[in-house]
Amino acid sequence: MFHQYTIPMSTGNTGHPFSFKDCTLTAIATGKRAQNLRELRDRLTSVDEGCIYYHFWGGRLRPQFDEPEFNNDFAGWCKHSLRDDVVAERLSVIDPTNCDSLENLRSDVIDVIEERLAERELIPWARSDQQFSFIRSQIVVFNTPREIHAAEELATIIPQISTSSIFYHFIDARRRTDDGRDDFSNWLEGLDGDHGELIAHLAEVDPYFAALSDLRSQLADVFASHFSATAERGA
Amino acid sequence: MQQQIDAYAPITGKDVIEQLRQLAEPLRGMKVVHVNSTRMGGGVAEILHKMIPLMNDLGLETHWEVIEGNSDFYQCTKSFHNAMQGNQVVLSDALLRNYEETNAQNAERLRPALEDADIVIIHDPQPAPLLQHFPDRKGTWIWRCHIDASQPYRPVWKYLRPFLSDYDASIWSLSDFAQPLPHPQYLVPPSIDPLSDKNIDLPAEEIAAVRERFDIDPARPLITQISRFDRFKDPVGVIQAYQLATRFIPGLQLVLAGGGASDDPEGEAVLNEVYAAAGEDPDVKILLLPSDANRTINALQRASDIVLQKSTREGFGLTVTEAMWKGRPVIGGNTGGIRLQVINHHTGFLVSTPEGAALRTRYLLKQRDLLESMGQKAQSFVRDNFLLTRHLGEYLTLMVVLAKGNRDRVEL
Repeated sequence: MFHQYTIPMSTGNTGHPFSFKDCTLTAIATGKRAQNLRELRDRLTSVDEGCIYYHFWGGRLRPQFDEPEFNNDFAGWCKHSLRDDVVAERLSVIDPTNCDSLENLRSDVIDVIEERLAERELIPWARSDQQFSFIRSQIVVFNTPREIHAAEELATIIPQISTSSIFYHFIDARRRTDDGRDDFSNWLEGLDGDHGELIAHLAEVDPYFAALSDLRSQLADVFASHFSATAERGA
Repeated sequence: MQQQIDAYAPITGKDVIEQLRQLAEPLRGMKVVHVNSTRMGGGVAEILHKMIPLMNDLGLETHWEVIEGNSDFYQCTKSFHNAMQGNQVVLSDALLRNYEETNAQNAERLRPALEDADIVIIHDPQPAPLLQHFPDRKGTWIWRCHIDASQPYRPVWKYLRPFLSDYDASIWSLSDFAQPLPHPQYLVPPSIDPLSDKNIDLPAEEIAAVRERFDIDPARPLITQISRFDRFKDPVGVIQAYQLATRFIPGLQLVLAGGGASDDPEGEAVLNEVYAAAGEDPDVKILLLPSDANRTINALQRASDIVLQKSTREGFGLTVTEAMWKGRPVIGGNTGGIRLQVINHHTGFLVSTPEGAALRTRYLLKQRDLLESMGQKAQSFVRDNFLLTRHLGEYLTLMVVLAKGNRDRVEL
């Protein structure tokens, strides 16, 4: 549930407006496949880093269920096709937001798989029709008519924007900005006034372990609660 | 002015339609030509009938051309289709020469339409060799494969591959289907049209009339499988599952409905096996429906409590999508595109045996609340992922990427 919230008087933002963008992804088959855990490790060492991105993040905009059992495709495949619960669980807790680069993320995944390969005498195999297919993606970013000028407007506009727009500004931003932060935090920092507390609240929102629609709700709640509290303090 | 695409807004939300308009903006005015081998019948024609007006609505100047051939041509391309799905076929040199000559003749006929097009989308193997007759082509040529080509019969794939290699890109329904080619291979799952006769909402009276026509008791539970009488669809396995489940749910009814198989000797054999397995049970209805019985199929799916698609091999499985769109949980074989749609314990159950299908049938029919909530989740999943609007959006996205130099990130 979103908080009931009325926009208070602007706190005097004079920075540039925030223009909402949206995005779509294309998925591209790389032709690289793995049928057992060792092949998965071997392919992971050489695939384009776009594949790492797609299998951790890009799947959010592809057909998937809102409550996925696993948040990355490698864990899901190990569980359902290799039927190795141990490696699936270990892969599932890798949090890409803790890695400062896709190369580090790749390395973390490979470490988990190598640890498991060292433990097992027999390498788990998948059926031939359940091989892991490495996919990469391309992103198309386009403008939307939505634009805001004051931080307070975030509280009302966030529930209205698409989940793919959330993906672009809150997830994709971490890959394309120098400081690896989301677009909202960067914009707030450039505005007049002290938005440090709000930026700190945004930093607490975990973008990885929530479906995009849940993420949108969480962000809406953060903005609504913050500005509601600010308005009360002001009164 | 109200456009056809606006009719989808009440289903998908206005935002989705707005997204399509934004995405199509850089493609506005571009000439797009789709080429396939038939204007009537089959899934490809069904999609194009809907897709082309929508692309025109969005400002792309979109045309549809159909290649023409003699009976030998269609015999050859039907064999290609079977071979792409893994069947061993033998094709004479004469048939292959006829295939190439037919494409050469069609290339001359279609030259004015294709030479200057900005984007040409060639559907399936029938018109694939057209490309080589356009060395001075202006636009981007894309080959769209609608077939499950995960395990193609190698000699036929080896023959077709050179015709496909020079395309600028190809589109496949699932990553498992994609065969190596030296260009970007986009993945775009198929879709259903929520406004078509097969999927549109039906009045309760129409569903009741279909029940009555086939002597289905509305007071007792019904499970249904809609598909061709083909061994890969395992209709006998469905009957076995029904028979196992009736031990616990004595009033259970089963409908197996599919097209006739008069031109397919194996189809006839499978149908005989199905009749034998069903025996004299009056609660098993085996229905041979004509190919245009779309509203009847729609009504049967809506009249069902659960829909089964117990395939042992499946392409994407649009019958699964159709059933889920009607809010029915699906018990499906753990194979192909069914795995992409049926999420265990959420939108239905994946099974590998008649016993598994029987167990899940019994489980769901005994827990009506769960059955209802799974059906709702199934419908919502299809709304987000497998409607025609999503399909159109993915076509537009890849067209934008290709038009803007095929970079990993395109900012419009």
